[in-house]
This record gives sequence, C-alpha cells and structure tokens, in this order.
Amino acid sequence: MTRPVPQDLACIELVGLVTDFLEGALSPDDRARFEQHVAICKGCAAYVLQMRKTIEASSALKGEGLSAAAQAELLRLFREFCR
Amino acid sequence: MGDPRITAASAEDARVVAALRAGDEKAFLALVQSLNAPMLRIASVYVSSRGVAEEVVQETWLGVLNGLPRFEGRSSLRRWIFGILTNCAKSRGVREARSTPFSDLGPQDDQDEPAVDPSRFLPADHPRWPGHWSAPPTGWADEQVLNKESLAVVEAAIARLPVSQREVITLRDVLGWSSEEVCDSLGLSEGNQRVLLHRARSKVRAQLEKHFDEGERR
Repeated sequence: MTRPVPQDLACIELVGLVTDFLEGALSPDDRARFEQHVAICKGCAAYVLQMRKTIEASSALKGEGLSAAAQAELLRLFREFCR
Repeated sequence: MGDPRITAASAEDARVVAALRAGDEKAFLALVQSLNAPMLRIASVYVSSRGVAEEVVQETWLGVLNGLPRFEGRSSLRRWIFGILTNCAKSRGVREARSTPFSDLGPQDDQDEPAVDPSRFLPADHPRWPGHWSAPPTGWADEQVLNKESLAVVEAAIARLPVSQREVITLRDVLGWSSEEVCDSLGLSEGNQRVLLHRARSKVRAQLEKHFDEGERR
C-alpha cells in the first residue's frame, strides 16, 4: 500500500501518509522524508500530534458492561449448563 | 489463518477453559466481567441499539457455553469468543436491516475522501508553496482532548463512520488490539486495514478539530 513519497513532500500529501507513518509502514527513505518535513513544518508537526491525540482519545473511551440483572441471568445459564 | 504465535490459545486460556468445564462460577464471572464492555462495543458496530447489543452479548455467551466442549485452542479464547460474537451481531444486524428503510442503513463506504479538506491548503499552482497549509492546524492541550465533552465528540464521530471503518477503529484504537489481530479477525490485508484506519482516524480528528474551533468562537 505504500506509495512513493515525492522528494519534495507537500503538506497536502503528508496528511495522507500519517497513518502509514504511525503504523511503521513507510519505507526507510519515505520515513526519512516524512520526518524531515515534519521537523521544519509547524503545521504538519501539529497535525501529526493531533492524530496521536485523536488515537489517545479513542483509547480513553469507556465502555459500560452488562447490567447486574443480565450478569445474574448469565450465571443462571452457566449453572444450568454445568448440571 | 494468521500467525499461530498471535492467535493460539495461551496457558492462561487453557486454565480458564478447564475451570469453565469444571463449572467454576468465579472463573465464569471473571471472564464475563473482563469481556463485557468490549463485547458490547463490538456488537454495537453492527446493531442499532444498546438493547439489541445486550441481547447479542447474551446470545454469544450461550454460544460460548454450547461450544466450550469443542473448543480446541487453535485460536485464543478471546478470538474464539469474539468470532462467535461477530457472527451473532452480524446476523442480527442483517435481520434488522431487512426491517429498516434503506435510507437508515448508515453511510456507505466512501472511496477516496481526502484526510483533510483540500481548501485548507494552498493551490497546486501556488508560485512558492504549492500544497502547503493555508490554514494550518493548531496545538491541542491534553486536558482539552480527554475531557468528557471531547470524548463524547469522538464517540459520536465513530458511530457515524461506515461499518468497515468503525470495525477497524473500534478494535485497533478503542480496544487496543494489534494490527495482526484485527487483520486476522476481520479477514483484511495489512494494507487494507491501514486504509480503513486512516479514513476513520482522519474523520474523528476532523470532528474534534471542528468541536474545538466552535468552542473558541463561542
């Protein structure tokens, strides 16, 4: 899936490569070009950081478990199964 | 199937399965409690309401108990349970869809939507900086991203994604599965998974940005 990164990487192209970068899927050359661009471009550095924080926010989502009644029902089923 | 090092049952799995077969209620409840929240989240990818998702989880545990005597440990216990869950949830989702007007089925998978609105960049024929930011993104403070309101924005943004993208971002980012586990469990290539993840993350980021911009204007 990795596309060759143009020598002169524009910001509009970089934003399309962020996931490949974060997933470690860029070739060493492309990775170097990506990192060089981010090192000198404030906008893209902020963008990569926003993506990292977006991932962090997703991982912070809390889920609710089953209700106590539903768990009690499961335990009843389990007992029936074990008989 | 995938790499056996990733998917095969562990010694811990074998211990849990043996306890369940022996009728150990504590072991059963511990398993239920550790998997409930992620199971409900995954079920919710395919069905329309919390109530139906709960029913799917109940149905899954029934399937797990029924299948337990035949569990051979060729995949991890968790993968095996989530396989049963996904089957239950999908068939429930299909039944729901038959009784749902077509327009309510949620967004179709988009093809090549850009990660960022192209109007945020200078045009390709710009003399000095073609394709560079004209409206660059700004820094986000951690406490701003992780507060209750922002997390609700993230939750809503994920809920609006096409199913294929929602599956991947839920397993990878929300539940923290590895890319190998996700590819294996959804039958995706690494590349395909990355494309779906990229679209999903890009849209969630854009919604967060919109939320913060609106907050600033208020």
